[in-house]
Amino acid sequence: MYRITAKTRLSGNASKISVLAPLIARKAQAGQFIILRAKEDSERIPLTIHDQDREQGTVTVVYQVVGAGTMELDTLESGDSLHDLVGPLGTATKTEGIKKVCVIGGGVGCAIAYPVARKLFEQGSEVHVIAGFRSRDFVFLEKEFKKVSHVLKVMTDDGSYGSRGLVTDALEGMIAEGHHYDEVIAIGPLVMMKYVSLLTKKYGIKTTVSMNPIMVDGTGMCGGCRLTVGGKIRFACVDGPDFDGHEVDFDEVISRNRIYEDFERREREENCLLFKKEVQS
Amino acid sequence: MSRNMSPSKVAMPAQDPQERSLNFREVALGYTREMAMEEAARCLECKHRPCVNGCPVKIDIPGFIREIARGNMEEAFLILNRDSALPAVCGRVCPQETQCEQTCVRGIKGESVSIGRLERYAADWYRENACTLPPRPEPNGHRAAVVGAGPGGLTAAGELARMGYAVTVFEALHLPGGVLTYGIPEFRLPKDIVMAEVDALRRLGVEIQLNTVIGKTLSIDELLEYGYEGIFIASGAGLPRFMGIPGETLKGVYSANEYLTRINLMKAYEKDSLTPVMRGRHVAVVGGGNVAMDAARCARRLGAEEVSIVYRRGIKELPARLEEVHHAQEEGITFRMLTNPVQVLGDANGWVRGLECVRMTLGEPDASGRRRPIEEPGSNYDLPADVVVIAIGTSSNPLIRLTTPGLETDQWGCIKTKGPGGETSREKVFAGGDVVTGSATVILAMGAGKDAARAMDRMIRGREMAVQHG
Ligand SMILES: Cc1cc2nc3c(=O)[nH]c(=O)nc-3n(C[C@H](O)[C@H](O)[C@H](O)COP(=O)(O)OP(=O)(O)OC[C@H]3O[C@@H](n4cnc5c(N)ncnc54)[C@H](O)[C@@H]3O)c2cc1C
Ligand SMILES: Cc1cc2nc3c(=O)[nH]c(=O)nc-3n(C[C@H](O)[C@H](O)[C@H](O)COP(=O)(O)OP(=O)(O)OC[C@H]3O[C@@H](n4cnc5c(N)ncnc54)[C@H](O)[C@@H]3O)c2cc1C
Ligand code: SF4
Ligand code: SF4
Ligand code: FES
Repeated sequence: MYRITAKTRLSGNASKISVLAPLIARKAQAGQFIILRAKEDSERIPLTIHDQDREQGTVTVVYQVVGAGTMELDTLESGDSLHDLVGPLGTATKTEGIKKVCVIGGGVGCAIAYPVARKLFEQGSEVHVIAGFRSRDFVFLEKEFKKVSHVLKVMTDDGSYGSRGLVTDALEGMIAEGHHYDEVIAIGPLVMMKYVSLLTKKYGIKTTVSMNPIMVDGTGMCGGCRLTVGGKIRFACVDGPDFDGHEVDFDEVISRNRIYEDFERREREENCLLFKKEVQS
Repeated sequence: MSRNMSPSKVAMPAQDPQERSLNFREVALGYTREMAMEEAARCLECKHRPCVNGCPVKIDIPGFIREIARGNMEEAFLILNRDSALPAVCGRVCPQETQCEQTCVRGIKGESVSIGRLERYAADWYRENACTLPPRPEPNGHRAAVVGAGPGGLTAAGELARMGYAVTVFEALHLPGGVLTYGIPEFRLPKDIVMAEVDALRRLGVEIQLNTVIGKTLSIDELLEYGYEGIFIASGAGLPRFMGIPGETLKGVYSANEYLTRINLMKAYEKDSLTPVMRGRHVAVVGGGNVAMDAARCARRLGAEEVSIVYRRGIKELPARLEEVHHAQEEGITFRMLTNPVQVLGDANGWVRGLECVRMTLGEPDASGRRRPIEEPGSNYDLPADVVVIAIGTSSNPLIRLTTPGLETDQWGCIKTKGPGGETSREKVFAGGDVVTGSATVILAMGAGKDAARAMDRMIRGREMAVQHG
């Protein structure tokens, strides 16, 4: 059992939890992920490591409630325990030799982009961060990003905070201002990563994206997380989750991630009914 | 006791094919006491014991069968248990027809003695009547680690614990059992049996640390630093292989590992499971081994109207156990032999809609001694399918290989061993089971676990002596 030592509700359906897992905390590096199960018969949910405290032995993840599994996770509070937690899985984000970088986070993806930006900042790279959100209510981590970046641009789709527009608009602006990046690292919704990659391809800037296909075991056993990268099948859990954004077949992942849409909708509705019943009785 | 000279085995009661293809309960129901004693009386107690040579772990077959014939079920179990840690499992899943039963003299004129069914009977009897618990061994003051809680790892752990070692098993998944838990379905190997075997190991003092991926959470070298004096790696076969034909990433195409893991480990067949699995109407399973049979029979139980096994050689060449092929046939699975997929067909929304197949003929024998399948030009046709399961084997998992300096592997990435005890190129590190041989069998993995445990014990005691006398 893995005790939750802290839980903070963030904006827009997202929460941050820290969990006691000393072995994982000791090893965790930016870009790696864990898989947890809230209860005995729960789904295995992959979540990227947002932060770790090696002394306290805790790892922190940020999750967004999107379906039945994350909804169930969200019923646990500080002091409760997760039934299972395994990690750190996947390979760490490669940061060696990057002198000037633009790190782009979209929505909850910002929680994952943050440790990457911090690592680059700490190794002395010039770090520019673009953080995109739907609207003012969803903005988070702004203070933290400020501390680990030389330039920070916050974007909202509706302009209710920061600048109005998409992260690609901001990136195009920075490039137009004459910034030359060794690399762009984009983490967020698949569609966002796809359009960032299309843009950077035009400018010939190396781009790394963090992929989140549907996973089961996360150890290279099931092959469910396979993607086509550069025309070849790769497994996101052992070969990734980071890949060259110019090589990834995004449309395929976007399509594959919708496999269980109907099932999920049903589950969600059933769960919601259960929740409603609980509330009523 | 009179000998039973009937040329055929006492039949195994089984669930009716119609009924069982709608549930996940065990298909073969097991002998009664009377049936077991009747079948046991068919054994001639041959002096030269050819059956024993056919068994990879050399179980005293006439010995345990004699006890069943006399009605001494506990004795029978104890004889089995001397050489096999998991007789309830092996009695169910061993490919007996190519092992112990193949060399049985009764098989020359008629059917062999049903060694597997008798083994299962004795083991089930013991579990259900849980007699004397083996005494908890005296600790010998040494520590050993095992990587992977599949049959290989569990056997080594049990063997070491019985010798007095403090054993920790590190398992990546949230449940122990390896393929026995996530691969082989409930209707062939009930999970309660696997868990009962694991509990018995825990009672021996074996500690099983779940959710721990060696190569990620901890490395082999860290285990050595922690003071484990020997390590046995039994991490299994690894990554699923795909065919490398167009369309394999379409929605509805599964590797057998993913399909079976969703169903067995995550219990997707149960009504209230949170884990989804696609229930197709027309399911095509590519491959001809046990894995393919299991996937096909699961598909049927999930409600598919038409399930096909697509295999490029002939029915005689199917590598699956005979019993599984028969059971699959009884359940109405269609065997499309001499058929090879050349492309997975998809619709406009990325869903699979079928397999384009080509017919094959058998040519000259190839390196494996089997006749090589050759494409018949122009014989292509489309087989409609809304779920496709690919069960054509695995290649090695890189996690341990890449994080253990000096651990030699072969060209396929399997760990190389040097001696019969599974010694690797790294001191104190042993390996066995599928991670060494590639996909093989439960009993071979168990045999490797046992040999490695003994070799590890010799090594550790050898060191101890060297320290004492040096
Ligand atoms: C390597 C990786 C890192 C991730 N990091 C984060 C993170 O830091 N924060 C965060 O909020 N989310 C993260 N995700 C996504 C998160 O795992 C899914 O949102 C979650 O599993 C959805 O579960 P659910 O049951 O609530 O939703 P469901 O209703 O089951 O599904 C909603 C959507 O989530 C996706 N999804 C469902 N099951 C899985 C699965 N087993 N694996 C991956 N995606 C799935 C699918 O696109 C699906 O359409 C990550 C995913 C991966 C693979
Ligand atoms: C569907 C299916 C049906 C089969 N049917 C039969 C049959 O009828 N008869 C038969 O004899 N054989 C059968 N086999 C083959 C048989 O199951 C295997 O040969 C046998 O299980 C191998 O045992 P093992 O201990 O080497 O590995 P496995 O059973 O694969 O166990 C390996 C364990 O190690 C864990 N692991 C992997 N990597 C790590 C890591 N880095 N750190 C920690 N843990 C790790 C895995 O999670 C797993 O639990 C079948 C196989 C499959 C897939
Ligand atoms: S372990 Fe397998 S091969 Fe050996 S006797 Fe039992 S069923 Fe036969
Ligand atoms: S070969 Fe057959 S008949 Fe002879 S001892 Fe073995 S099981 Fe009995
Ligand atoms: S999640 Fe199973 S292989 Fe990657």
